[in-house]
Amino acid sequence: MNILSVENLSRSFGGIKANDNISFDVDQGSILGIIGPNGAGKSTLFDLITGYTKADSGKVKFFEKKIFGLSPDKISNLGVGRTFQKLKPFADQTLLENVMIGAFVNEKNIKKARDKALEIIDFVDLIEKRHHFAKELSTGQRKRLEMARAMAIEPKLLLMDEVTGGVDQKTIPGLVELIKKLKKTGVTIITIEHNINIIMEISDNVLALDQGKSVAFGSPKEIQKNKQVIDSYLGTFDAA
Amino acid sequence: MESKLLAAKSEPLWNTNNKVISIICGLVILLFSLPLFGLNSFYLHLFIMIFMHAVMAQSWNVIAGFSGQISLGHGAFFGIGAYATSFFYMQYGITPWISIFFGMFISAVFAVLIGIPMLRLSGHYFAIATLLIGISFQVVFQRWDLVGAASGLWVTMTPEDSWLALQFHSSKAPYYYIFLIFFIITFFVVWLLSRSKLGYRLRAVRDDPQAALSLCINVSNYKIIAYVISAMIMAPMGSLFAQYILIIDPDRVFNIEISIIVLLITVLGGIGNVWGPIIGASILIPISEYSRIYLGGTGGAVDLILYGLILMIICIFRPNGLISFIPKHILERKKQK
Repeated sequence: MNILSVENLSRSFGGIKANDNISFDVDQGSILGIIGPNGAGKSTLFDLITGYTKADSGKVKFFEKKIFGLSPDKISNLGVGRTFQKLKPFADQTLLENVMIGAFVNEKNIKKARDKALEIIDFVDLIEKRHHFAKELSTGQRKRLEMARAMAIEPKLLLMDEVTGGVDQKTIPGLVELIKKLKKTGVTIITIEHNINIIMEISDNVLALDQGKSVAFGSPKEIQKNKQVIDSYLGTFDAA
Repeated sequence: MESKLLAAKSEPLWNTNNKVISIICGLVILLFSLPLFGLNSFYLHLFIMIFMHAVMAQSWNVIAGFSGQISLGHGAFFGIGAYATSFFYMQYGITPWISIFFGMFISAVFAVLIGIPMLRLSGHYFAIATLLIGISFQVVFQRWDLVGAASGLWVTMTPEDSWLALQFHSSKAPYYYIFLIFFIITFFVVWLLSRSKLGYRLRAVRDDPQAALSLCINVSNYKIIAYVISAMIMAPMGSLFAQYILIIDPDRVFNIEISIIVLLITVLGGIGNVWGPIIGASILIPISEYSRIYLGGTGGAVDLILYGLILMIICIFRPNGLISFIPKHILERKKQK
């Protein structure tokens, strides 16, 4: 069953087409990896799906319901969570407070919201840091914070923008394991990644973008063999 | 790991420090008993001004400290509250105890009307827009004959002290207790707000509106809610002030200085913290009142120079306000390594 359907989504900034007629479907419970060089339109696509940027044309359906044109808070209220490429933690609040703000979406009682937030913080392995201010956490820990905060709204679809971007090599395996663990909870994930090895490891399907256009969509194996993807992004990576 | 989670869940929701609670209770008892020790008229007035300005600053703290919108026209709601009680009492004989709520309601309506278009602006643009709104209220009331235009309203005085008319001529002590009770109620309400779901969401709006949107928070609506709450806290102080001085005019109750002083008090004490306005008012108001005594009239503007100096020093050395002098372990839960 499709959880998300994107049809002919387009958006231009001035004369530049950031997203040009992009279409794809996402199966419920799967992980879709999005790859592409810098400026390919990956983050713009996230902004269009989540309502942060208005599309010029196209359709976005979430569980067959049109979400095109809705404001970001309404889209998130339907069950679409997201993280940001440029991290946006509530810096002057503790990790626990950050996650509680998300937990309040479905919990009115403050004690229940706190306990739910603690369970999610435990899930992302940061329970010992719960009373630390977000600004005191490392980049890797802040990535986990954003994932925990997005999970707290109990999303059915989670969009994660470069989870492993900007973190050190030692931190990456833990974050990858966390994404796999997250998938086991049943949540559908769309993730933007620059690290091609990771995207091939975790994704059920891969969407390749280049200069705002969709150049390929398929399983990781299919993508690795796709000539257009190799030419525009992968180079000689593993394709030989 | 499971045990750590259980331990975390068993922690109390709030870091209640018994010593701090004892000190607060002691201070409240002391404040209630002060007039019984024969506090003279000047000191009663000084405390009344501290209570009033602490509440006004607490009001500003809600919109600026909690939701991050710097309003420079908050004096408008003070003026609305002042005119509401005076006008309804003089025209219809309605007791100020009831018309205080009229003032709150009218302020809330104006907060919505102003907030819907203005809160789309952010940062300096919102600040400048509210500054102009505040000034425009003063200009309108200066020309509005129904409310006495520039000469304002002279509240009809009762021959004797009257709780119903909220007028006390023989002693300032009743005013002291009324302002004190409002001060305590406001502190408690804002304290509850800061620990509620609404408080958490307002802080999210303040810290990062984009991230707040991703957590199902309608940023515009929450800004308006904060503005309305803030206006409803400010208005009763205008109402009580009008009953305290019994003469109001646009230059007095819509003065831009009101909007600036509440900002200074909050920034001095600590913005975004419920204690900040109390600390700020306890320091700035005595400076203001004493400078008026020793320098006469309006204090020769020395109080304003002192405000400016103090503010500069605070912004340079203690940007989080005087509250940051209080040891962190009292304010925060101890962090784990």
